[in-house]
Amino acid sequence: MSSVKTKRDVLGTSSLRPDGGAKVKGDFAFTSDLHAENMLWGATLRSPHPHARIISIDTTAAWKIAGVECVVTADDVPGQLTYGLISSDQPVFAKDVVRYMGEPIAAVAADHPETCRRALAAITVVYEVLPVLFDPELAIGDDFEPIHPEGNLIRQQRIVHGDTSVVGDVIVEGHYVIGMQDQAFLGTESALALPDADGQGVEVFVATQWLHEDQKQMAACLNLPTERVRLVLGGVGGAFGAREDISLQVHTALLALRTSRPVKMQYGREESFFGHVHRHPATVWMRHHATNEGKIVKIEARFVFDGGAYASTSAAVLINGVTHTQGPYKCPVAVVDGYAVRTNNPPCGAMRGFGVVQACFAHEGQMDKLAAAVGTDPVSIRLMNAMETGDLLITGQPVESVAPVARLIRETNEIPLPPDLAMDANELELPGGSGITAERKHIKRGIGWGVSIKNIMYSEGFDDYSTARCTLSDGKVVLKFATSEVGQGFVTLAPQIARSVLGVTDAVCDTIDTQIGSAGSTSASRQTWMSGGAVDGACRLVRERLFEVVGAQHNIEPIRFAIEDDEIVDTAGTFRMSVIEASQGITISETFEHHHRPTEELDENGQGNCHVAFAFVAHRAVVDVDPELGLVKVVQIATAQDVGQVLNPLSVLGQIEGGIAQGLGLAVMEEIIVQEGRVRNPSFTDYLLPTALDAPVVVARMIEEYEQQAPLGAKGVGEPPCISVTPAIVAAIRDAIGKDIDRCPVRPQDICL
Amino acid sequence: MSTNEFYSLKVNGVDHHVSDAWIGESLLYVLRERLGLPGSKGACEQGECGSCTVFIDGAAVCSCLVMAASAVESEIATVEGLNADGTLTDVQEAFVTEGAVQCGFCTPGLVMAVHHLLDENDSPSELEVKEALSGNICRCTGYGRIFAAVDKVVAVRKGALS
Ligand code: FES
Ligand code: FES
Repeated sequence: MSSVKTKRDVLGTSSLRPDGGAKVKGDFAFTSDLHAENMLWGATLRSPHPHARIISIDTTAAWKIAGVECVVTADDVPGQLTYGLISSDQPVFAKDVVRYMGEPIAAVAADHPETCRRALAAITVVYEVLPVLFDPELAIGDDFEPIHPEGNLIRQQRIVHGDTSVVGDVIVEGHYVIGMQDQAFLGTESALALPDADGQGVEVFVATQWLHEDQKQMAACLNLPTERVRLVLGGVGGAFGAREDISLQVHTALLALRTSRPVKMQYGREESFFGHVHRHPATVWMRHHATNEGKIVKIEARFVFDGGAYASTSAAVLINGVTHTQGPYKCPVAVVDGYAVRTNNPPCGAMRGFGVVQACFAHEGQMDKLAAAVGTDPVSIRLMNAMETGDLLITGQPVESVAPVARLIRETNEIPLPPDLAMDANELELPGGSGITAERKHIKRGIGWGVSIKNIMYSEGFDDYSTARCTLSDGKVVLKFATSEVGQGFVTLAPQIARSVLGVTDAVCDTIDTQIGSAGSTSASRQTWMSGGAVDGACRLVRERLFEVVGAQHNIEPIRFAIEDDEIVDTAGTFRMSVIEASQGITISETFEHHHRPTEELDENGQGNCHVAFAFVAHRAVVDVDPELGLVKVVQIATAQDVGQVLNPLSVLGQIEGGIAQGLGLAVMEEIIVQEGRVRNPSFTDYLLPTALDAPVVVARMIEEYEQQAPLGAKGVGEPPCISVTPAIVAAIRDAIGKDIDRCPVRPQDICL
Repeated sequence: MSTNEFYSLKVNGVDHHVSDAWIGESLLYVLRERLGLPGSKGACEQGECGSCTVFIDGAAVCSCLVMAASAVESEIATVEGLNADGTLTDVQEAFVTEGAVQCGFCTPGLVMAVHHLLDENDSPSELEVKEALSGNICRCTGYGRIFAAVDKVVAVRKGALS
């Protein structure tokens, strides 16, 4: 029976991507591959200054260039002049002032990308350069003139929990610095806008994480009714948080409406670095109090997240950071202060891990300090404090999710360590790789640990529901949803759900667009749970209707039916009929909205049930370091991840390995260098990404404990892999060289100087 | 943006006439925007990511770094040329079955790079595979399943030979 199921690619199998064939052939249409008849190219003029007053903008010369069809500035925005995910504080085009290097000022449409570049060069902007607010600490107080009407403090949140007078036998303290990471998806921002014939609407193909949110913000800026801004998901080349905010959506649509011609915009790599938000750089101070044995009795902490010039999701990132202060450990008392601030640095927002990456880097550094202070080892200290289901968080929220923290640590610890580096190892296996700089005899090996907790879904009272429709006809299922497929594989999972629930083989996904209700964002590890729940719900409704039809035809109570493989069976009799036969000549279509349980806002002491659910993971890193040259090679990552139920093993493994590579990037190489508001390395030459040679051996165990709250028993698996691997690698470097390193990424000078 | 010049490119065995083109256009741009061959992708346009990998006279190159007009005398092969008969190559098949594809943006370039590697070396060591693919960035997979796909092709080709 199981082999029959495998053939039908139901839940639990490694069903293959339906778009895999097209993608390997180069046939899959990414947004940047789209074309339209009579199409123009669009491009954006950006500020060279991090902070300046705009004295004047002169577009006359640009208009005169042959091939230029349109030039737009803030004066041409027909609706709301600003947009934003949480607060509408970011101008479509800067008008009076620019607040970060790369802020859009104007856009052009022309017949060729090169004409666009000339047109941009022909626009004259006169600036008066202003003092740059680049130190986030200065943004907290009143020390710097507000750089935005909404002020320099985006949000502040305090957490006070338990008897704060408690003092530990042992106290350890640390200051941690987390650098600005870029999502660096491979497919840069792209959109194709097609104006309606009457000029009163627009259809936009766009690579995004959340179609309906884009639609809402675009309609407001374009001053069009929402239904006249129709979005279709163009092929998406990765996302990782960077496509949650508006980038070129409004600009492209505006140019198309102005010219009455299709307009395509596409950022190059350098522009992409300026065109989307990044992971917040942060400074975190933590002080852990513990008993002599090492049990945590209190944590004090202070977080400063640099949100850059505009708010984006900074307010939510802050809440994620402060509410995850304790990590996956029991903690009865806490005092935490957190600030998300506005500066003239690049705007920051969502990236895989969303605020928890920063918290985890600090709390895991603290756990190692605590282990050393009480004379135990990294594994024992974590096991001693491991969180369990039912524990209270420092927000007062009980952890109702499955929380197999101790098991994750034990299972990770059981994974065999890699063999020692051979004395005659190939140079490519040494830190530094083919540069042939490290010598085997200098190499030191280290082992480090990281364990994390991550909230999944949105928090603080937000109802991030998802909608799906299932249509069954002649044994075939078509699924409709607005869930952004960014590479994670929801288009694989959704048909698996339909096959399991309805007993069909033939299940396909319809176009992903705004012609159905919102699916929420592909972020926060939420789509398997939320859109999976919506697809499951819609399929179950269709199944009920099918049972009614068959029941009426054969005079059997529908309640007696069940699906077995590809058949409807009477559980109290002998009747059986294939689903294909039963659905011949009829069409059943049902739509379902999945909502998670409600959450609450935090009070002024940071208390409240603000999160929906949690997922956990453990990482152990083994690294080789050349202490003199400051070079690192990550040899092996062992991990056990709490996944709830595995719905597609191959997809889960892909998320685990991919997340680990991104966490490795943050640990040892990836950082956007910003000096006084200026980005110094906006290219793949200077912003380094892990390559095949940097990829460690990953040994992963998926820990399956069915999550009762989740519609399919499965937790989201996207974010956890990248969270605690970073501190694990940094801990391994500390272990190798015996030096305290409190920042990531770890640079050569942090090791050897 | 045009000139009156024109030139011809031989791509996947077919001659393509390029007219009204700006002479500074990269091969990647011309393939994608003028010849209707968008299989090669651009993710950096400065030779760092390998998404645009094509073969020019059998050598794997970054088409973003080559001026199209300079490739007039050459045989150019792109990912679209791998499936002349409509079926997937063994490398493409393995990418799908081993989970080497997520967003897929790096995929055409990697498929080309793997074909090139295995044409030159039918049993590469783990390090040789890593080195050969280190010019192709994948941001989604962490490379594990890509290595698995290469291993699969090597094993199948060996099995087919023996
Ligand atoms: S686009 Fe050619 S190497 Fe990146
Ligand atoms: S699959 Fe997305 S970049 Fe490789």
